[in-house]
Amino acid sequence: MDRRNPGMSVTLICIVCPVGCELTVSHDDERIIEVRGARCGRGGEYAEREVFHPERIVTTTVRIRRASVPLVPVRTSRAIARNRTFEVLEQASQLWCTAPVRAGQVLSTDIAGTGADLVATRALEEVPPPHSG
Amino acid sequence: MNRRGMVVIGAGPAGLAAAIAAKQQGIGDVLVVEREDYAGGLLHQCIHDGFGLHRFREELTGPEYAERYIAMARKEEIEILTGTGVLDILESDGGKRLYMLSERRGLIEVEARAVVLAMGCREKNRGNVNIPGSRPAGIMTAGLAQRMVNLEGYLPGREIVILGSGDIGLIMARRMTWEGARVRAVVEIQPYPGGLNRNIVQCLNDFHIPLYLSHSITDIRGDSRLEAVEISPIDAGREPRDRGRFVVPCDTLLLSVGLVPENELSLKAGVELDPVTQGPVVDSSLMTSVEGIFACGNVLHVHDIVDYVSEDAEICGITAARFVRGGLDRGSEVEVRAGNLVRYVLPSRVRSGEGARLSLRPILPAENAVLTVKDGDEVLYRRKYRKVYPSGMLRVPVPRVPEHSGRLEVGFTLAPEGSGAPDGESGSDSFGGEAGSEAV
Repeated sequence: MDRRNPGMSVTLICIVCPVGCELTVSHDDERIIEVRGARCGRGGEYAEREVFHPERIVTTTVRIRRASVPLVPVRTSRAIARNRTFEVLEQASQLWCTAPVRAGQVLSTDIAGTGADLVATRALEEVPPPHSG
Repeated sequence: MNRRGMVVIGAGPAGLAAAIAAKQQGIGDVLVVEREDYAGGLLHQCIHDGFGLHRFREELTGPEYAERYIAMARKEEIEILTGTGVLDILESDGGKRLYMLSERRGLIEVEARAVVLAMGCREKNRGNVNIPGSRPAGIMTAGLAQRMVNLEGYLPGREIVILGSGDIGLIMARRMTWEGARVRAVVEIQPYPGGLNRNIVQCLNDFHIPLYLSHSITDIRGDSRLEAVEISPIDAGREPRDRGRFVVPCDTLLLSVGLVPENELSLKAGVELDPVTQGPVVDSSLMTSVEGIFACGNVLHVHDIVDYVSEDAEICGITAARFVRGGLDRGSEVEVRAGNLVRYVLPSRVRSGEGARLSLRPILPAENAVLTVKDGDEVLYRRKYRKVYPSGMLRVPVPRVPEHSGRLEVGFTLAPEGSGAPDGESGSDSFGGEAGSEAV
């Protein structure tokens, strides 16, 4: 959704929080000139990022051994460049981890070279294998 | 016989918050019964972020939000009986008798002074929306697909069409795309999207997924597996038009067409339901029409923000605890009615002489809508909203319900564009100020 248009104004919906302010952003090739419609200060920062280098938090799952469920949910520790999303997802899909896992535990550092870590968001205890002994 | 002060049915966000609050109010033996093998409810499959902004001032994923409450429940040493379903709630001398079934322990009987219903809601399915066509495999609710992808590790299909643009449908459009499927269309019968604007941006626009507003699915094709859906524009009279009709090949149709409170158990217990919310009719203490049975969370009415579920459930836990201790004085209560452009308002009765918090939804999307809470001609509360949507639940505080009140009426009037904001919180907006977070 690249709405850049040099020396022009674009309309963005702020996604920082669920309010979803409609921002009217005027900018040139290098910088933001004016942001209107933001109901809080974070709107201006969002507009700058979204126009020049959009970022997103990525949430997905990683396979887990010895837990009661086959997957543990994960998130990136911070927003990553939006155009790197599928590289992060691809790397996450190759990972395996083993229970027990804590919520907040780092499962992979600097995922896909984005600088963000991949962090478990659910605690999963170790359970005995179903058909042992 | 196992005797308890309180039994809470469901260990999702509502049940956990109610049980924690009750325990803190001195109900030491509160028991939570959960059908699944773990506490946390639907939050575990909502792995995306956007929860907890209101409650924790942080943006959490569903599992992280659940972990917070599971940790609090553990700290309070609350007993949670997992893998156990409640079959029946009957009247007994000591209050209520619950019959439960557990795979491990068989039939369990528990006596309780108070019961809190926190069973949540479930999704409407194909039968609820009457989509014509054949009956192949590949048609399921968005939440079921979410469970398959996020909890069980299955991809339900590769070429996806989604009917309904509520938040679950939008979130699943992104999730399926991230997992390598192709989402060909999101189809919405209304002229406006059902979900939050931010989800339109980050779940559809980011991936160039087309959203067809004022369209619906008019045919389903395929023999053993879904092969295509036919999509038609819907005119103002809600009739499909032939002109502009098109066919989209797909192997999977996800339905995100609304949620219904899950009240089979409540009905068996004799609880009166509201035909609009399809949840129990409750008074200001969130007690249902059956004395000793309370309700909170999505079993009461479908919320769009989990933070508010927790908040309401806490109130429910506190009032139910008061009932257990014999101190719930129903006092004098005043009826609350949904007036102009209000689809429903909860609770249906409030206590006079005290403040109250009302939850309501508008019937239609509207701009410059002025909400008033009136007692006859006296305006108790007034607030102007720049925009309101049926998908956005509003919560309003009524400072004080007068002792002499006859009946409160909650309604909107539409102010013409450009007219000054009336009394009340000037410049306040529907979601501004109390921005919560996302739907479960």
